[in-house]
Amino acid sequence: MSTGLERERPPVEVTEADLEAVIGDRALSRDDHLNAPGFVIRPDDVQDVLSDLKERAGFDHLSCLTAQQYEDRYESIYHMKKYADPTQEVSIVVPTPTDEPVSESAEPVFRTADWHEREAFDLVGIDYEGHPDPRRILLPETWQGHPLSHDYDQEKPQLVTLTEHANPVQPDHHEAESDTMFLNVGPHHPATHGVLHIKAVLDGESVVDVDPDIGYLHRCEEQMCQQGTYRHQIMPYPDRWDYVSAGLLNEWAYARAAEDLADIEVPEYAQIIRTMGAEFCRIASHMLALATFALDVYGDFTAIFQYGMRDREVVQDILEDLTGQRLMFNYFRLGGVAWDLPEPREEFFAKCRNFLDELPAKVDEYHDLLTGNEIFQVRTIDTGILEPDVAKDYGCTGPVARGSGIDYDLRRDDPYGYYPELDWNVVTMDGCDNYARVLTRMQEVEESAKIIEQCLDLLEDWPEDERDIQSNVPRTLKPDADSEIYRAVEGAKGELGIYIRSDGTDKPARFKIRSPCFHNLSALGEMVEDEYIPDLIASLGSLDIVLGEVDR
Amino acid sequence: MSSNNPQQSIHDSTAPSTDTRDSRIGEGPDDRFNSKLREAFGSTPFILTKFDKFMNWVRGNSMFMLQFGIACCSIEMMHTYAIKHDLDRFGAGVPRASPRQADVMIVPGTIVSKFGPRMKRVYDQMPEPKFVVGMGSCTISGGPFQEGYNVVKGAEEIIPIDIHVPGCPPRPEALVYGVAKLQERIRNGESSAVVVKPYELEQFGDLERDELVQKLADDIDEEDLVMRYNWADSP
Ligand code: SF4
Repeated sequence: MSTGLERERPPVEVTEADLEAVIGDRALSRDDHLNAPGFVIRPDDVQDVLSDLKERAGFDHLSCLTAQQYEDRYESIYHMKKYADPTQEVSIVVPTPTDEPVSESAEPVFRTADWHEREAFDLVGIDYEGHPDPRRILLPETWQGHPLSHDYDQEKPQLVTLTEHANPVQPDHHEAESDTMFLNVGPHHPATHGVLHIKAVLDGESVVDVDPDIGYLHRCEEQMCQQGTYRHQIMPYPDRWDYVSAGLLNEWAYARAAEDLADIEVPEYAQIIRTMGAEFCRIASHMLALATFALDVYGDFTAIFQYGMRDREVVQDILEDLTGQRLMFNYFRLGGVAWDLPEPREEFFAKCRNFLDELPAKVDEYHDLLTGNEIFQVRTIDTGILEPDVAKDYGCTGPVARGSGIDYDLRRDDPYGYYPELDWNVVTMDGCDNYARVLTRMQEVEESAKIIEQCLDLLEDWPEDERDIQSNVPRTLKPDADSEIYRAVEGAKGELGIYIRSDGTDKPARFKIRSPCFHNLSALGEMVEDEYIPDLIASLGSLDIVLGEVDR
Repeated sequence: MSSNNPQQSIHDSTAPSTDTRDSRIGEGPDDRFNSKLREAFGSTPFILTKFDKFMNWVRGNSMFMLQFGIACCSIEMMHTYAIKHDLDRFGAGVPRASPRQADVMIVPGTIVSKFGPRMKRVYDQMPEPKFVVGMGSCTISGGPFQEGYNVVKGAEEIIPIDIHVPGCPPRPEALVYGVAKLQERIRNGESSAVVVKPYELEQFGDLERDELVQKLADDIDEEDLVMRYNWADSP
């Protein structure tokens, strides 16, 4: 475990001059974003530039790929960061002409570009040359048109197929010469956390290949956010991305991006409330991860699952007192939070403290039931191995990355909110297996409790006349035209990033969500190859994905 | 002590359990067999009723739910099953993983175009009689995502729904109420209104040959099932 707020080895700073030197005359021009310097390059230089940045400048984290259409061109933006220091960022902007939107694929450099480019093709319509698997990813194969491109007509009818799936043990169903068998898991399947479809190829009982088929919950979140005004209409949607009670964490992602875009200050008092609320959400979310994981590996609906639910109820009660809703909080406002702590404050504090006091005993209970259990250990230790370099290649973040020994937590590395002032630790584990991921989450619950405790102390002593919950924010927000920003926070599942481009109106011109679950899920194939089929279910559970966030 | 060996002796007196039993029975003659029912119906142990009525009563009191999670509402649905709210108290809380064993399907979430045909399939696999509870605004109209290009404007476009529970998400109490209402209706033998479902699974070959069908004719087999979404006609 590393200590609170400083990393052991501060990484080498790369200056803009260094970047210019690395990219050289492949940079056609500059297109700086609010968060990072941006370089415009030609569509056939993508692999070159990206691999130079990776090898020579240390940008080993392709955080996000945003695709969008302008009046006169398409554009792909590669948002790059470093795992060692996520505040060092660079954007690579690749414009392509409207009549022939073809760009080189970055997949050979970063595996994570695979799914990203499929999504960009699916929703916006940019082709990536050299992509190994250019299929649609979120929408059905038979879909007509690209919904986020300008000339898409939403009224047009669409056809969706349902291919009858034959019985997997039928003799004509597997190939004659090989022994493999094809098996569908999902989309309606109780062990996947939502509507995920996994196409698995089995050889006997071991998994040869998996292909997660997503998009069964693609609710057009990006379109919805592009139709809403900054001030109030967007905030309800983040609650519905990662809906496992992680609402406030998601809201913070939007709040952070929009506040930085429009230059809004947040009062200190509101920051503390935000920090506290967000950590409650993290606890609730990790509890559910634990509960459903037990359901996955034990099939245990009666003990651990119910224990997890019991503890979540308490957290949800507290959050309901704070925000007014159990699940869809809609509590953050740009520039602060909606309202102050509930009155009587003493009662609220007492309730929170009660929960915190009981937490250690409950954590012990979980350890007894889960981590100390031999069956559990057999199921999880050394299964679903995810090596750190592989995890980085797929852009994994959050507990999944930290369970693989990657010391990366945006709360510390790209500080926001009140986190830098508090005393807590980033949990990392070197196990790289299912066990390590579960354990990481359990310890993070304890760290979150520490944070909440300190926030409560601060809030209790806060002078009454300085309780500013919101700063002054204009009624209609119109950020400067053509300003672009990409900002991320540490959500419950990892790095949750938002890209916003403003066109000078009160609605975003492009709103892109970088979902941590999307990346974590894409690494599933690497984790389960040659493992047994029950380990597939366990690995999937340990990734703790939420389909609302994967599909958006 | 291993249970293979016969128990040698009972060391202590059996008085405690005898005492408890005595105090439970109370003074006077033992009336354990004279239940409230006996009181109501007189001395005959028979109840005369219609078989239909009896079946409805049984159905309403033993409902097996389909374990079916879609979106955010399913989190609240899980809480409804779990302790504190405990749907099982009402005789309706046994989630079944297979649609073949379920009577009731709670649809907890947004239906999008890709999932529509699958949901229809799962519904078709449930044995009759079957009931559906629509949970949340999304199953009523598409909810917050109503304007999305990919969102089905309510589950009723695809399957019939008996009870709608509004909310985003509805609280567990609301879902319990919805399920209780459904049970009440079943017990009374009420059937739901017939609804028109605009979207059906059809064989590709049976579709009218319009522009879209012509275009996809090469990719889709004549016998494949398809669902055709006419977004322009949706509410
Ligand atoms: S009604 Fe609300 S909470 Fe329920 S699935 Fe729809 S968006 Fe989610």
